[in-house]
Amino acid sequence: MKHAKLMTAAFGLALAGTIATGAQAAELVNYKIVDETIPQSLTGKPGDAAKGKKIVIHRKKGNCLACHVMPIPEQQFHGLTGTDLNGVGSRLDEATLRMRLVDPKVINDGTMMPSFYKTGQHRVLKKFIGKTILNAQEVEDIVAYLMTLK
Amino acid sequence: MNFKTITTAVALVGASIALAACQGTAGYEPNPYDSMDGGIWSGYKTASVETQAMQNDDFENPAMPWVDAAAELYDKADGEANVSCADCHGAPDDETGGLKHIPMKGVGASYPAFDPETNKPINIEMRINQCRTKYQKAKAYKYESDEMLGMTGLVAMQSRGMERVSTADFPDDKLNAFWKKGEEFYYQRRGQLDLACSNCHEDNPGNMIRAERLSQGQSNGFPTYRLKWQKPGSLHRRFRGCNKNIRAQPYGYGSDEYMNLETYLAWRGRGLPIEAVSVRK
Repeated sequence: MKHAKLMTAAFGLALAGTIATGAQAAELVNYKIVDETIPQSLTGKPGDAAKGKKIVIHRKKGNCLACHVMPIPEQQFHGLTGTDLNGVGSRLDEATLRMRLVDPKVINDGTMMPSFYKTGQHRVLKKFIGKTILNAQEVEDIVAYLMTLK
Repeated sequence: MNFKTITTAVALVGASIALAACQGTAGYEPNPYDSMDGGIWSGYKTASVETQAMQNDDFENPAMPWVDAAAELYDKADGEANVSCADCHGAPDDETGGLKHIPMKGVGASYPAFDPETNKPINIEMRINQCRTKYQKAKAYKYESDEMLGMTGLVAMQSRGMERVSTADFPDDKLNAFWKKGEEFYYQRRGQLDLACSNCHEDNPGNMIRAERLSQGQSNGFPTYRLKWQKPGSLHRRFRGCNKNIRAQPYGYGSDEYMNLETYLAWRGRGLPIEAVSVRK
């Protein structure tokens, strides 16, 4: 079991390694997957929850409200295709949330959720090739915000 | 199994239980469409009453100016051959199909068809241009031009209410190989958002993406007048819009990839009544 987990982590690293050959991939932080989580902050700095809240609303950044209900009543029309994120900070830990933002397919390969810190998807629109949806600090800011949803 | 693994496992199990418990909460109406007899449905069903009313009445349907203009072109001799569509096919609604006995009724319900000249699927737009260049010896219409949209609409609407037919899943159907490629396209994730058609239109039809209700992505209403576009648009324009929304590089109008997808979608929508020219938001 432990061996299998290590294999998964190794595969994750190998995947990150493959991606690192992409055009602008030098900018991608090399993260380590442990048991389907990413325990270490991508930036080494704590996230800013207030900024995180802005990013989850921003339609060209996190746009989390497209699919998830969140405790943000000032924004109308929360999507319903994803999990309700009320109380997610009590249900999941930081390392799991980070994994689910960076590349949720490591946990569930059938998920509809985009990988917010990944490049190399099939047929990416030219202006987004080699670019991640969010940068490392934005991922950390969202993690910090989600952890406040107790 | 170390402590960390157990914690993660417990957290994940907890999350899935919480997920199950949270469905349909937060003051939202339960999705009225997710139990729709498990069958297929047209985007008409989830359109607003006002939008449906526009589609129901040709005097209100904003696509009709394009169709009316095309009806004039249909009767007008064109090209070096100096013949009109009507010269060969009779009036658009002539069920005997005029001189050539090829009526327009039924075309919208059965296309794309296999084209023996190119050995590929051919849609109404391409068939119109084949007629123009080969028989009228006239210039082809541009794919998304007003003339093409109007003419496609005029042809497609002769099949209104007819059920879509497709046998492209039969191994001996000439469209079968293209149907298969279309199916692959449908299930392949693409774009920076890494989404396949199926993620939205098969797994979540009726569900909300913010204020938008996801459709089944059926093609029975095309060409469609989109209020957002303020004009009619082709199915391939919609494909391109969908692809760009998920930050994927779109394919060209009339490309092989989109023709395969169109062939596959027609099959998915078999049994749905043709609605051209439909109206959507």
